[in-house]
Amino acid sequence: MLAKRIIPCLDINNGRVVKGTNFIQLRDVGDPAEIAKEYNKQGADEIVFLDITASSEGRGTLLDVIERTASEVFLPVTVGGGIRTTDDIKEILRVGADKISVNSAAVKDETLISRAADMFGSQCIVVAIDVKRVPSRKEYNGVFPAGFGTDLNDFHVVIHGGRTDTGINAVEWAKRAERLGAGEILLTSMDTDGVKKGFDIEITKIISDAVSIPVIASGGCGSLEDFRDVFKETDASAALAASLFHFGELSVPQVKKYLKEQEIPVR
Amino acid sequence: MKLAIVDYGAGNLRSVVKAFEYIGQDCVITSSKEVIDSCGGIVLPGVGAFRVAANKLKDAGLWDYLKAEAEKGKTLFGICLGMQLLFDESAEFGNTYGLGLIKGSVEEIDTDGKPLKIPHIGWNTLLFNKKSALFEGMNNGTYVYFVHSFSARTDDSNVTAFTDYGLKTVAAVERNNVLGTQFHPEKSGEEGLKILRNFCNMVKHDNFTCN
Repeated sequence: MLAKRIIPCLDINNGRVVKGTNFIQLRDVGDPAEIAKEYNKQGADEIVFLDITASSEGRGTLLDVIERTASEVFLPVTVGGGIRTTDDIKEILRVGADKISVNSAAVKDETLISRAADMFGSQCIVVAIDVKRVPSRKEYNGVFPAGFGTDLNDFHVVIHGGRTDTGINAVEWAKRAERLGAGEILLTSMDTDGVKKGFDIEITKIISDAVSIPVIASGGCGSLEDFRDVFKETDASAALAASLFHFGELSVPQVKKYLKEQEIPVR
Repeated sequence: MKLAIVDYGAGNLRSVVKAFEYIGQDCVITSSKEVIDSCGGIVLPGVGAFRVAANKLKDAGLWDYLKAEAEKGKTLFGICLGMQLLFDESAEFGNTYGLGLIKGSVEEIDTDGKPLKIPHIGWNTLLFNKKSALFEGMNNGTYVYFVHSFSARTDDSNVTAFTDYGLKTVAAVERNNVLGTQFHPEKSGEEGLKILRNFCNMVKHDNFTCN
């Protein structure tokens, strides 16, 4: 039976993990490759690197990090953040990443998804979608924002870390991303992200029911029960968490043991 | 003993090479027949579309060569799409002929009407069907990493392991000196590395139990 995946995510700036870990004894607590190795040992099912480096010089360091990780960690590694072109993708895959995730750039130019899927295969194209709940159509007092989709306008796609509402219906965008060739969707709710009171069950359920590709739930996980709820109440294939794992509030083995007890299939 | 990792422009070669290097196996990425001739075994990796990969192999002048080498008895190990290429044909984007080294075809995953996600992505269990040295020292139910939308249909006698995704889905095949895995051993953590070690031992000792 296919296992539900538990995925730690590392934010990387200039080749260093932004929020260092304080739960494991590492020679270099800021080195993403070292941390990825540790998560591998703990039984993580995949690793996600989210690059938040602003400068272009920092990209080289990121590639070095991916290459070092791929030499020692034999798990699927996804890299996201700042990917704009198929050349960016080629470079990241070339040094050993298995998948890439695109976000804002795909919203601005959706052909990036289809071009990338044609060149590299859908299996390595993850479309990251950040969503935010907005008042429903009725509550908009007749002034309806631009974008496609007409029925469910309760969730919009946001970009720039949630600062810009694109007006695009999140469910329609997810379906469109699937049609364009996305292999997976990484869904982050900006409403629940960082709050640690649980994943956004509602939108995760709506989107995982609307598409036939796997959906990775992200944003808001704060407890063991939150992992259980997202898998029991939605069709999500994987759950992603960052600081929860980095700060040792929960460990991957602890989460998996709990999910097993709850009869949720995990590796 | 050296392994040839066939380079025909089909991605993820690096992961396969790094995994072999990690377990101390000498290997070379190549599209040269002379180099492949000098190697003890051939690994055919691959991700993406069947027809594209088949055409690339033909363009590289390797199609007939690989078929002939395997028929002569050289070990050929296909991974993921590389495994699918071992069969007679694939229904992906219109019918395309495969290498025809193992009887069978490649078709869309049949979930038996269950609302399962396609592609089949993630960790699923190996359910052994026939004894193979590839899985030496491993337990039935071991998790390995899959990423695919199409799967092989072949006689059970060619299948060393299935996985469960709606229906019994082919996870690994073996016919004499030709073998393949639908999953990615190079992405399946410690257990995956064990499979690659077992493969190296099979090549070294010419130990193909599944005939």
